[in-house]
Amino acid sequence: MTTRRSFSETLIHVLGALMGAAIAGLGGVYLMTPARKKQSAGWVEATDTSKLTAGAAEEVVFERRRVDGWRVTREKTSAWIVKKSEDQVIAFAPGCTHLGCAFRYEAAKKNFLCPCHVSEFSLDGKVLSGPASRPLDQYDVKVEKGRVMLGEIRKA
Amino acid sequence: MIKPVLNWVEERTGLGSIIEHFLNEDIPASSGWKHVLGSVATFSFLVQAVTGVLLALNYAPTVGEAYSSIKYIMTELTGGSVIRSMHHWGASMMIIVVVAHMAQVFIWGAYKRPREATWLAGAALLLLTLAYGLTGYLLPWDNRAYWGTMVTVQISGLAPVVGPYVERLLGAEGGVLGAVTFSRFYSAHVLILPPITALLIVLHVYLVRRHGVAPEPQETATKKFYPSQVYKDTVGMFVAFAILLTLAIVAQVPLGRMADPTDTTYTPRPEWYFLFLFQMLKLFEGPLELFGTMILPNLAIVALFLVPFLDRSKAVAVGKRGMAVAVLALAGIIWGGLTFAAIKSTPVENEFAMALDRPLEPWQQLPADELAALGIFKSANCSKCHEARKTTHDEEWLLDHFKTNANGLSLRDGQWKAVSRLHMGNRLGDVHKDVLDGSTPAWAFAGASVYQSNQCGACHQLKGAGNKIGPGIDGLAFRHDKPWVVEHFGNPQKLSPGTSMPPYKFKPEDLESLTHYIMMIPR
Repeated sequence: MTTRRSFSETLIHVLGALMGAAIAGLGGVYLMTPARKKQSAGWVEATDTSKLTAGAAEEVVFERRRVDGWRVTREKTSAWIVKKSEDQVIAFAPGCTHLGCAFRYEAAKKNFLCPCHVSEFSLDGKVLSGPASRPLDQYDVKVEKGRVMLGEIRKA
Repeated sequence: MIKPVLNWVEERTGLGSIIEHFLNEDIPASSGWKHVLGSVATFSFLVQAVTGVLLALNYAPTVGEAYSSIKYIMTELTGGSVIRSMHHWGASMMIIVVVAHMAQVFIWGAYKRPREATWLAGAALLLLTLAYGLTGYLLPWDNRAYWGTMVTVQISGLAPVVGPYVERLLGAEGGVLGAVTFSRFYSAHVLILPPITALLIVLHVYLVRRHGVAPEPQETATKKFYPSQVYKDTVGMFVAFAILLTLAIVAQVPLGRMADPTDTTYTPRPEWYFLFLFQMLKLFEGPLELFGTMILPNLAIVALFLVPFLDRSKAVAVGKRGMAVAVLALAGIIWGGLTFAAIKSTPVENEFAMALDRPLEPWQQLPADELAALGIFKSANCSKCHEARKTTHDEEWLLDHFKTNANGLSLRDGQWKAVSRLHMGNRLGDVHKDVLDGSTPAWAFAGASVYQSNQCGACHQLKGAGNKIGPGIDGLAFRHDKPWVVEHFGNPQKLSPGTSMPPYKFKPEDLESLTHYIMMIPR
């Protein structure tokens, strides 16, 4: 009698746990693994080198394709573009690496300042002061016949 | 370690003794495997609730996005297809388990005094289960959903006097489906029905506890619910769960084409458990239609609720319940016969027509010469050296360049010219990246190439290109099957007397790819 009872009890728990684990596992994988198709946004023409001043930062607004879950949309986004020389251009993503606030360019100091928690970055994107712990994120950039093309954002 | 925690919870909430009280119920000693169906039904509902919530976390409940979000769940998310399939098959499983549970209670006469209210709650739960099926059917917003629900809405519109009001309640004024219908069905499915169901399940289980599980005739001996019956119930649930999971993995539910109100090729069929109603509509025509669509089904529902009050005898032994057995058998035969007749009368579409009801690939929307040109672009490996951007060269330069650089491909001038035209029109690559990226089967490129090099377009139109001397190719699969098309190539006069189409003798592989290709061109 006792063995029969403990057999039943064990099986209740084992089967219950198996079903719970199956559902929890399936749900966890479903909710927490990334979507399969990582579509690259491709290259977008943002501006022209002739419109940029060497040694200063310029904010450029452009439109790009964005895969948003089941939707593919076009949305406006921006970049801070710094022309170092005629064929060397770097472009920063518009969010501060501390907590994502939009930073701005301080023309007088020639650096970037985030108004949220006062992080400062150099024109190279390096942290000068403040709570930000890593340099600004940059777009992949290529310059073709003066046209500045922006690609994916790379985390620094 | 665990014991002090449990003691703390028990002292503060009494939870432990509530569970103990629940598990220590006295049940008839004869209870056993045959009593697991009620628990399995409740369990099936829980599985539907969990998979339903998981789906909702990635589902956009609007006409515009429902379809694409389900496609996203099925193709982009790990396990998404399995979860949707579990929810789909789980609905069928619930119907089977609930009906089996009721049939058993019916045969045993377990609804008799004092258990009439338990039966009423159970009958209401059966209707709720069907209501889930009806409302959930629309939510994928594919052709099946749209056209199936169209029939439901039209039927409710037939009701005398109240018809138009019911249609308005369903958000389908004048029998037209749309955004309002969709929101009503969705809200019913996820907001209205679940709390009612939960409440009725609690009431149903409470009533079972209050009156006890119906014993066998003259039975007085009892035993405890836990563990022997709980163990059997758990095994029952586990078997149901294993069947469901296996089914969901092996037989994943396809998603049809997005709902298209202009699609005249779609033959709507309801879910299998509603097929008998659908078939019944065909038996009652003209003035009798109302009888088949309204009166009879509603009478059946009323009769279901009245069962405990119609059957006043005290006998519960199955041997003395010949009438009940006969009624159940008759219901089963009528249901089975109607369902069988409905399945038999469903027209069998050829495999291509069925495949065309699935989501379409980009290549299926292109004229043949464009697809053939893209096939050449791909097989000549142009993309190895070139990004497909607009060219600045003229046709003459391009033709010369193609012929000297195209890795031994021997093609006619006309075929190269098609590539040049596409290239100069900036339609290569960038525009058709989705066609080149591997989703296009080799036979489609090959078929389009055979189509183009035989100049089928001189007489036939395909996706807007070509002349209209002969019949168009779009939607061919809905008009003819593959053997007919193959035979027609060899001997057009035999199948279409008087046609001006000459017979064609293709190489077997060309015939295969061409036929396959043209059969897969949608309307």
